[in-house]
Amino acid sequence: MLLGPALAISAILFSIGVAGVLLRRNAIVLFMCIELMLNAVNLTFVALAQFHGVGGQLMVFFVMTVAAAEAAVGLAIILGVFRHTKSVDLKTNTLLQG
Amino acid sequence: MPMPVLATLGGMNHAGPAGLVWLAVALPLAGFLLNGALALWRPQAKTAVSIIGAGVLVASFAVALQVFLGYRAAGIHEPAIVPLWTWLPVGALQVSLAFQVDALSLVMLLVVTGVGSLIHLFSIGYMGSDPGYARYFSYLNLFIVFMLVLVLGSSFPVLFIGWEGVGLCSYLLIGFWYGDKVNADAGKKAFIVNRIGDFGFMMAMFLLWTSVGSLDFTTVAERAPEQLAAGGGIITAITLFLFLGCTGKSAQIPLYTWLPDAMAGPTPVSALIHAATMVTAGVYLVARTNVLFAMAPVSSAVVAGVGALTALFAATIGLRQYDIKRVLAYSTISQLGYMFLGVGTGAYVAGMFHLVTHAFFKALLFLGSGSVIHAMHHAYHATHSHDDPQDMRNMGGLRRHLPWTFVLMLIATLAIAGIPPFSGFFSKDEILAAAFARGGVYRVYWVLGVLAAALTAFYMARLLAMTFLGENRTGAAEREHLHEAPWSMTGPLVLLGVLSAVGGILNLPAFAGGHHAMETWLEPALEGATRFFVLEMPHGQTEALLIGLAVVIAVAGLVLGWRMTLARPIVPARDAVPEQGFWKVLFHKYYIDEFYDAVIVRPIHWLSDMVLWRGLDEKVIDGAGVNGSARLARGLGWIGSRLQTGQVGLYVVLFLVGALWVLRVMTG
Repeated sequence: MLLGPALAISAILFSIGVAGVLLRRNAIVLFMCIELMLNAVNLTFVALAQFHGVGGQLMVFFVMTVAAAEAAVGLAIILGVFRHTKSVDLKTNTLLQG
Repeated sequence: MPMPVLATLGGMNHAGPAGLVWLAVALPLAGFLLNGALALWRPQAKTAVSIIGAGVLVASFAVALQVFLGYRAAGIHEPAIVPLWTWLPVGALQVSLAFQVDALSLVMLLVVTGVGSLIHLFSIGYMGSDPGYARYFSYLNLFIVFMLVLVLGSSFPVLFIGWEGVGLCSYLLIGFWYGDKVNADAGKKAFIVNRIGDFGFMMAMFLLWTSVGSLDFTTVAERAPEQLAAGGGIITAITLFLFLGCTGKSAQIPLYTWLPDAMAGPTPVSALIHAATMVTAGVYLVARTNVLFAMAPVSSAVVAGVGALTALFAATIGLRQYDIKRVLAYSTISQLGYMFLGVGTGAYVAGMFHLVTHAFFKALLFLGSGSVIHAMHHAYHATHSHDDPQDMRNMGGLRRHLPWTFVLMLIATLAIAGIPPFSGFFSKDEILAAAFARGGVYRVYWVLGVLAAALTAFYMARLLAMTFLGENRTGAAEREHLHEAPWSMTGPLVLLGVLSAVGGILNLPAFAGGHHAMETWLEPALEGATRFFVLEMPHGQTEALLIGLAVVIAVAGLVLGWRMTLARPIVPARDAVPEQGFWKVLFHKYYIDEFYDAVIVRPIHWLSDMVLWRGLDEKVIDGAGVNGSARLARGLGWIGSRLQTGQVGLYVVLFLVGALWVLRVMTG
């Protein structure tokens, strides 16, 4: 496999994720952007695994597991917020303002 | 590290005949604890309280007598130190709780326990119907404990325990009937005024410690002449500070104002604490530290001067008081002035002699007045009258109703006025003769003392005439109820009457066929002072002249007081017209209380109120300190909370910036 294109794609995906998190105000979209970043990192792990042993591939499973757990918790929170305020817009959901 | 107590408590072989002395203190202490327990749980057990309260005192007196006889029989002249335990082992300062038995402390020991016993016995009758009976006796016993610690203490700190302890008991007993605010205030006044004196006492102790390096009486008396220059600044400062303490405790100018108010307490308390024992502690202290005072002639002159001035000043106030106990209170202040005149002049024996005779006749006068008040109170109580049972204008003619009290009061009056051969004559004469003999400024003090003697005779004759002579003014219905107190009260009076009459034999001078027994006895305890100063007492013609003058003045005072009092009819207190002219000034005690109130109390009150409370406390401590720090924390919190916008986007930006920064730090 070509390491260079793989890392490039990974970087692009990660940047898209960061940009989405920074710019979008919909909680669901923001959530998906986080997943995007996680998977960009996964891609980097897998790509580098061919040079550095299976440790990278192993790490991917951990990331996926954590991501799944995080998705469960995160979606539950978003659902809860939506039930409460009828909105998933992060600009208007500022209950924790100091 | 506590010393083996048992070895010393067993003590006969350790401290010789003085070893038992701890028992004289322990007995009243046990009485205090038992009566205190009874006061808390069985206040109605009055018989038990009486037996314990008076019993421990009589037993204590027996022990004191035993110690005295043993000490005298052993023929020792050195003070016997009875250490009980080490109290303050602080580096170089090693203070053990020890008692010093010597000629001087034995005199005080006998007076305190002896007169104390009689007053305790009198109290059984006088306080019998009081609901606070058990509490009263527990306080009284506690007072004796502290008074004995005061006179027996072998060092300044131990004496100071007693000094403060008697102050506490004085406060508790003045305010014994605390339900009345006046009484509680009088107690507070006594306590607070004494704090000023205590400041002086403590300063003297600090100075002694830094300059002499010891606080034991014997060591101080030994080292002070070696380490301090006689007449120097340090010794003068020490003695003046000590005397400041004495002016508080012994009610001398300028701190005497608490004593007349202290009459708010029960009358036996006035007799015991505020006449016979506690207030003489200052005189005892000066006699105890005679070496220091002999080294400081300026201080001695101050002591004698203040004493003489107080003697005259208080006597003038006594001329125009109507409350029988107040007259006696000013009389006490005046007589204490005499004692200070004596010890200040260097006539320590004369001062102590007057202390002893004064304890006899003043205790008798107070208890006699208690007997009068008792009768008056019962008479007014029977008819539900609200007249003042202590106002002499309401008395008169009590001679017929209280014959025993009258005779005994007459004896005490003759004693205090200085009529030979009653006890007061010898002691007062000795003080005046000493002041005369010393010459110089002391000659002026002598004049003051002689004037005060005349006034003493005058106001005592006035007291006697207003109370016992003339027509009765109590009221027709009340007159039926006036009667002598029971024998449990009159009995101690008779004993005190005998002592007042013949107390002079304790130190009978040569011209009366005696050989100065007390002077010989006290000599070992006072010889330290004779290294610096020897007083030559007048002899022969001068002595006879002085005695003649004293007697003439006393008789003149008595006759004048008697005639002037009965010259015009006295109106009962409720019909009395206000005083006029100088009498008014005397009646209002020269407005000294008002003066102190305006110059000291009110400014302090203002300072506390406006500056310390509203300024320092509310503005600085509460405002800047407490609320200030709270406001600071809240302000900082407010700044921090501005970052908590609730905008997830902002958090992410901050997180990203932070992560990038960490990345940069870690890689770069």
